[in-house]
Amino acid sequence: MSDSEKNYRLLSNLKVGETGEVVEFVNESALSQRMEEMGITPGEKIEVVRFAPLNDPIEIKIRGYLLSLRREEAELIKVKIS
Amino acid sequence: MSKDPVLQPTVSLKKNLTIALAGNPNCGKTTVFNALTKLRQKVGNYPGVTVEKKTGRLELSRGRNLQVVDLPGTYSLSVRTPDEEVAREVLLGRSRGTPRPDLVVCVVDAGNLERNLYLVTQIQDLGLPIIVALNMMDEVKSQGRQIDVKKLSELLGVPVVSMIANQNKGIDDLKSLLEQEIKADYTRRWRMSPLLEEDLEAMVQVLIDKGGLTRPEAFFESLMLLSSAAHIPDKAYAQHHHIMFSKEVIDELNQINARLVRQGVRARSAAIEARYEWIKFIVKEAVIDTLAKAKNWTHKIDTVLTHKVWGWVSFIGLMTFMFYMIFTIATYPMDWIDSTFSHLGAVVEQSMPEGDLRDLIINGIIPGVGGVIIFLPQILILFFFIGLLQDTGYMARAAFIMDRVMNKVGLHGKSFIPLLSSFACAIPGVMAARTIESPKDRLVTILVAPLMSCSARLPVYTIMIAVLIPQASAWQKSGIMLIMYLLGIIAACTMGWIFKKTLLKGQKPTFILELPPYRLPSFKSVILQMWERSRLFLKRAGTIILTLSIVLWALMSFPRQDNVEPAEALRQSYAGKIGQTIEPVIKPLGYDWRIGIGLVGSFAAREVFVSTMNIVFNLDEEAEETTLRQAFKQAHWPDGRPLFTPLVCISLMIFYVFALQCISTVAIVLRETNSWRWTLFQLLYMTVLAYVAALAVYQIGKILGFT
Repeated sequence: MSDSEKNYRLLSNLKVGETGEVVEFVNESALSQRMEEMGITPGEKIEVVRFAPLNDPIEIKIRGYLLSLRREEAELIKVKIS
Repeated sequence: MSKDPVLQPTVSLKKNLTIALAGNPNCGKTTVFNALTKLRQKVGNYPGVTVEKKTGRLELSRGRNLQVVDLPGTYSLSVRTPDEEVAREVLLGRSRGTPRPDLVVCVVDAGNLERNLYLVTQIQDLGLPIIVALNMMDEVKSQGRQIDVKKLSELLGVPVVSMIANQNKGIDDLKSLLEQEIKADYTRRWRMSPLLEEDLEAMVQVLIDKGGLTRPEAFFESLMLLSSAAHIPDKAYAQHHHIMFSKEVIDELNQINARLVRQGVRARSAAIEARYEWIKFIVKEAVIDTLAKAKNWTHKIDTVLTHKVWGWVSFIGLMTFMFYMIFTIATYPMDWIDSTFSHLGAVVEQSMPEGDLRDLIINGIIPGVGGVIIFLPQILILFFFIGLLQDTGYMARAAFIMDRVMNKVGLHGKSFIPLLSSFACAIPGVMAARTIESPKDRLVTILVAPLMSCSARLPVYTIMIAVLIPQASAWQKSGIMLIMYLLGIIAACTMGWIFKKTLLKGQKPTFILELPPYRLPSFKSVILQMWERSRLFLKRAGTIILTLSIVLWALMSFPRQDNVEPAEALRQSYAGKIGQTIEPVIKPLGYDWRIGIGLVGSFAAREVFVSTMNIVFNLDEEAEETTLRQAFKQAHWPDGRPLFTPLVCISLMIFYVFALQCISTVAIVLRETNSWRWTLFQLLYMTVLAYVAALAVYQIGKILGFT
């Protein structure tokens, strides 16, 4: 594994406060398109703001606004840690 | 390279224009709509779907009158939800009963510019003249930013009006813009890769030449096809988009698709990414950082309200407060309504000559309608709180907190508030399910909501507990009540889970939910919303209740018997005959025909059980609870066994936990689902559930030696 590959993680594995850059969706589907329409597109900065009291769903910041996703949805998003 | 012609749609000054208001959820579109139309509004439904259709009139100078259509709030026009479908169909002029708008006012949340502009770029592609209403400009300032409105307007190629709609700022500017002739010089500025653009253009040409579509329609459909998995219109696509293509068109599209596959380009999300790239450019040019320190209220509030401990404390506290208010404040107007209706009955009794008509009015219509109106205060207060939760932004947080729990039974975080509301009354609960986007999740929520013990069940529980344990302490009473409530909750969760696994199987609900910034609510819009919903309820339930009250009265009053005791007359009436007919069916639950009459009568509303029992056991309508209790104690089967044994009381309570004995709920479910099939299904499954549960309790109880 090269150094750069180590920086790739799934959004669901990020801790609160961590930021990254959207790389791609693990697989393309209607669901991933919906997330892209909400502004989660490759190259965009994404931040994990907090987890819900029961740890799921999670709250992220994208394009300056707050969005919540379930963990299983966040598992579809590959990010590069900055 | 660009083959797009310049679209120059123009709005002339013809008299009766239709304008559409479009925008994302939470962008303040409703506030703009209210400000433009004042109270000249009409609420209805779009044909075939349960999406609310709101239209209003806007009067301009020189007698010009505009029809304003408030489109459902959507993030996109990709037709994944009924809301998006309606918005698209209206904008393309394909919605029955709604003319194609001459102009679209896109309301944009200036504090959330990037994502809001996405929809704007989609609407622009439909070839309609557009005005962008840049709302919530005050929030931009507190974010430490500034928007160059002129620059934004130049880049988008449309007029832009900045406004703060909830402070009524900018509304007049928008109005005066609507007085003028609006021109839109629109050339598409976002671009995908050249290869894809070529394929897209080829598709557009096929759809125009051979499919007979207009250019905007063809462009829109081509984009949709490009983003679909197969890139060709299969049956499901055609059905979903209400479009049928000839074999010739499909063949040509197949060829283009084959080329796409050969080229190996990623096409599905290309348009989305291209649009956002263009938006990023606009924002870079038109938004300036003022270097002022940003105020982040929302973050601070959320640190408490979605905290691991304080989040729960405040959530439970808020919900408790809401219910406390519903049950305490509502008692005053409820008592008042109650006494007004009995007063009304007394007045009619004195002023009218004796006869069937008088009897119908005093014993049928007045108590029937009164029985519904009495719940209006609770419904109003509940709608008030729901509106408040929605307007402040807390509703999304409630869903965020509860989603994990609801997910366990296959439901969505947004189902929580509708289910909770149903503890007061299922009607606002069912109506609140509108906020759930996925049609299947919404239907499941509606199907199980009436299992939550509503306040109309309380009179039944109260009298049964009184018969069961005459000297019950407050603890015993509330303990039994609690068990009834829990039974309802367990049933709702179980049934919800079963429906999600079987009848309404589908994709797992997604939870892509925007958490809007906290905002001060506008009381005007909360009150307006509360009034609108309540009016819908009264209109729909009122007519059905009135009809059913008359039917029930007739069943209990005919055939007329002279010179017999009321109880005997009732026995010989149609209702009494029905009671006797169903006795074999309900006997295994421990009920006789007299309880049967109560069950039939209380189909109108559960609390009618108590008043019907009063008649059956030969008491005054206004009998005290104790006397009814004594009458119950003395009631016997023909062979001398007591009728209301403890086991029968429990069996009856269980029956009322599960049965859908409420015609108003049936009426509202019919309205909200727009389907007789689902409405009857709900009635059937709840009745079967109630029957089986009561049967099991009675029979197993007997086997175990209880009486």
